[in-house]
Amino acid sequence: MLGRKLKDRLFTAFCIASTAFALIPLGSVLYTILAKGLSVISLEFLTELPAPAGQPGGGFGNAIQGSFIVVGIASLIGIPLGITAGMYLAEFPNSRLSRAVSFTADVLTGVPSIITGIFAYMLVVLKFGGFSALAGGVALATMMIPFIVRTTEEAMKLVPWELREASLALGAPRWRTTLQVVLSTARFGIITGVLLTMARIAGETAPLLFTAFSNRFWFDGVMQPVATLPVMIYTYAISPFEDWHAQAWGGALVLVAMILALNIGIRLVAGRRWQ
Amino acid sequence: MRTRVSLSPFLKGVSSDTVFQFLLACLAVLSVLVLAALLLRELIIGAMPALSAFGLEFLFSTEWNPVVGEFGALPFIYGTIVSSLLALLIGVPLSLGIAVFLAEIAPARLRDLLSPVIELLAAIPSVIIGLWGIFVLAPFVREHIAPVLMEYLGFLPLFKGPAYGYSVLTAGIVLAIMITPIVSSVSREALLAVPRLQKEGALALGATRFEAITGVVLPYARGAIFGAVMLGLGRAIGETMAVTMVIGNSPQIFTSLLHPGYTMAAVIANEFTEATDDLYLAALIEIGLVLFAISMVVNIIARAITWRYLRVPGGS
Amino acid sequence: MRWMVLLGVAFLLLFAGCTGGGKGPEGSANSGKSGEITINGAGASFPYPLISKWSYEYYKLKGVKINYQSIGSGGGIKQTMAKTVDFGASDAPLKEEEYRRMPGILHIPETLGAVVVVYNLPGVEQKLRLSGEAVADIFMGKITRWNDPKIAELNPGVELPDEQIVVVHRSDGSGTTFVFSDYLSTVSSEWREKVGKGKALSWPTGLGGKGNEGVAGLVKQNPYSIGYVELAYAIQNRLNYALIKNREGKFVEPSIESVSAAAAGAVATLPKGDESWAEVSIVNAPGEAAYPISSFSYLLVYRELSVIPGMTEAKARALVDFLWWAIHDGQRYAPELHYAPLPEEVVKLNEETIKLITYQGKPLL
Repeated sequence: MLGRKLKDRLFTAFCIASTAFALIPLGSVLYTILAKGLSVISLEFLTELPAPAGQPGGGFGNAIQGSFIVVGIASLIGIPLGITAGMYLAEFPNSRLSRAVSFTADVLTGVPSIITGIFAYMLVVLKFGGFSALAGGVALATMMIPFIVRTTEEAMKLVPWELREASLALGAPRWRTTLQVVLSTARFGIITGVLLTMARIAGETAPLLFTAFSNRFWFDGVMQPVATLPVMIYTYAISPFEDWHAQAWGGALVLVAMILALNIGIRLVAGRRWQ
Repeated sequence: MRTRVSLSPFLKGVSSDTVFQFLLACLAVLSVLVLAALLLRELIIGAMPALSAFGLEFLFSTEWNPVVGEFGALPFIYGTIVSSLLALLIGVPLSLGIAVFLAEIAPARLRDLLSPVIELLAAIPSVIIGLWGIFVLAPFVREHIAPVLMEYLGFLPLFKGPAYGYSVLTAGIVLAIMITPIVSSVSREALLAVPRLQKEGALALGATRFEAITGVVLPYARGAIFGAVMLGLGRAIGETMAVTMVIGNSPQIFTSLLHPGYTMAAVIANEFTEATDDLYLAALIEIGLVLFAISMVVNIIARAITWRYLRVPGGS
Repeated sequence: MRWMVLLGVAFLLLFAGCTGGGKGPEGSANSGKSGEITINGAGASFPYPLISKWSYEYYKLKGVKINYQSIGSGGGIKQTMAKTVDFGASDAPLKEEEYRRMPGILHIPETLGAVVVVYNLPGVEQKLRLSGEAVADIFMGKITRWNDPKIAELNPGVELPDEQIVVVHRSDGSGTTFVFSDYLSTVSSEWREKVGKGKALSWPTGLGGKGNEGVAGLVKQNPYSIGYVELAYAIQNRLNYALIKNREGKFVEPSIESVSAAAAGAVATLPKGDESWAEVSIVNAPGEAAYPISSFSYLLVYRELSVIPGMTEAKARALVDFLWWAIHDGQRYAPELHYAPLPEEVVKLNEETIKLITYQGKPLL
């Protein structure tokens, strides 16, 4: 029978150990990325095309470019749709339609990413007869929209109703109230949500495997396959070539650096703002 | 910004407010409801050939043989369930430990420092965790964890060798790492939301911190914590890249956790581009449908619970 | 509202900045320049090292981009069938049903290679000798340990460790698997009954790797493992591979010469490019010097190129020029990558096939 004090101590120790334990993989991942990736980063790596299999050299230039483009396409589709839907949920929350949309958006945030790939494959790749950056963008947009809907809705809901009422009392029509008053006030939260979601989809691989596919050359038009960082990292990681493994780590460093910088930056700025 | 939209004489009597609400509603419906409906529709249409060919048996058959056109999803469903359960088994105690530490034990400044650090783990893309899994975790499991398990627990069929580094166990560990941020942060919120009076009451009655936490705080928050666990489960079920890079991709059901396996998401990722006949592709899409259904159910339950207890979005 | 405008402008700049930038493989300053043609292909990982070398050299030569993705022969056939790519590649010839579903499809063998049995055996430096039956038994899970008598008797004097064999196979639809299983079905009746031959099999045991790359990677990382890959992958990754007993009873090392020897007997009876190649197989070929697990690898191209969405006459012409180059000048890159160059008779056969290719009825050569 363990004494009560002992149990207390053990429990505290367990909690501290868990936290330390959770930090180990995080530390290991970041350390390995830095250790193995840093030596690969060079101007050549960041700006050149990949070299043929087994030949050293080359770079991930096209993959970096492609990632920006595919995320850009997804954003062009996803941000307007997401924000307007989020606006609707925040401004008109008391209708059956609103509740249905809210519920569905919630459910959609849980869609496994590979499913969005299947969806975009059937909708875009098969219809247009080829793998394309557009298909990749559609797959990522499908992931984006539910998240942007939720974050926009929350950001706008934080704006007190009194503000809306004041605006309406002054004679502004509803649309003006929403767009000029509420949206403006909530813009910080909305932008934060958008940027965080963009950072999230930038790292997604599964939706791109059979939509954007991949390309050994530079971006060639939205209806052509395009290289992206996550897919390139995956392809190189499972290959047997050692210099491809090294390049995979380099690519991982670039990707993680971009995503973490965005995340940390947002949290720092948002943190200061809300305090 | 111009003034009123002037759609008169066609819409005399309809105010701009109504138009605005209507337009916004249309866009909302388009972005969300139509999207969801389209998604479901494409999945069902795509899976139809397999649905009609195999029926319910699909879910229980272990025969995955593209050569003869026999498809059964059981190995993948099994692999998904086992790896996800392992993830919960390893990840939930860890996450609760973290949540308790950050909510109850650590000073506020440490909490504010460590919480975002742990959430940072969630921001690392799956493919990079997979990359680390291939080159760091799998060898570690093969050389240090598996031998120990085989040595002491090898009498159990669960831990029979040989020690492949790529196994259901490795996948479970990877998934545990990936769900820990979300389970711990939602649990932490849940614990912080417990009224202080409850805990203080217990302490005033002479309870140790351990007793106060396990006797009062945790039970109070158990609903929300359950929700957090469900969120983690939902995430684990749908995870693709990190899993396929370390699980060994073998469509067989082995009892040993040290042997390779396959999950629903992984088989789709590996075989989708090459399903040469319609039945093969339809079988893969049907797996996608099953995956979609399972993760939807888990996520709906999770969000219903966290919403009810926490009024927190829990995870976006 | 100004911030919205600023955000929009920032986006557009990001977008525009990306579409024009970057350096090509030789550091040439502009890419994405209009007028550069991209031809998309996908398929077998078997010839991938060779095709990726070709696309690199051909771009330097002609400025035409051959974007080839290694996704497995199954993927190549599927995407060619779906016409989502301009050409496909597969080491497995089309099955009869596949051939019938792709009217107008042409087979153009572009190279020859060997499927080798690679292994990772710490402490064993030399190349093991294996027979077809032994290999079949290992991959069926009947032989489970390296020091099994069936392996030992083929390798007298070699110190085989008492360890369990880790089998590695393909997780994707693979022509390499097709060739390998074709061979095993020929030499082992048990394999033929239990597992059969095909691009994707119901493997009795083992780990699955994606592509030749994945299998080589897994074998490299797992001690006491055994797998099967194309010769180029074995050599490039310094993996040890076995000598296989051929039809005449000789243990042959896979090499350009032994692969060419295997093909020598078959070249006289190959079908025409537009016919079905479903029966073509050079595994377990007769001849003392023949390596028993050899195979052609095929490029799959439609005879009438306008059936492919997005095809233009310029692209069609560029594709045909590339094919012509690949079977002639391209062959000189084969030996250094451990692929066998095409025999003269096959080159002639391919020339006739390529001359059949048309765009909207107009022949392109």
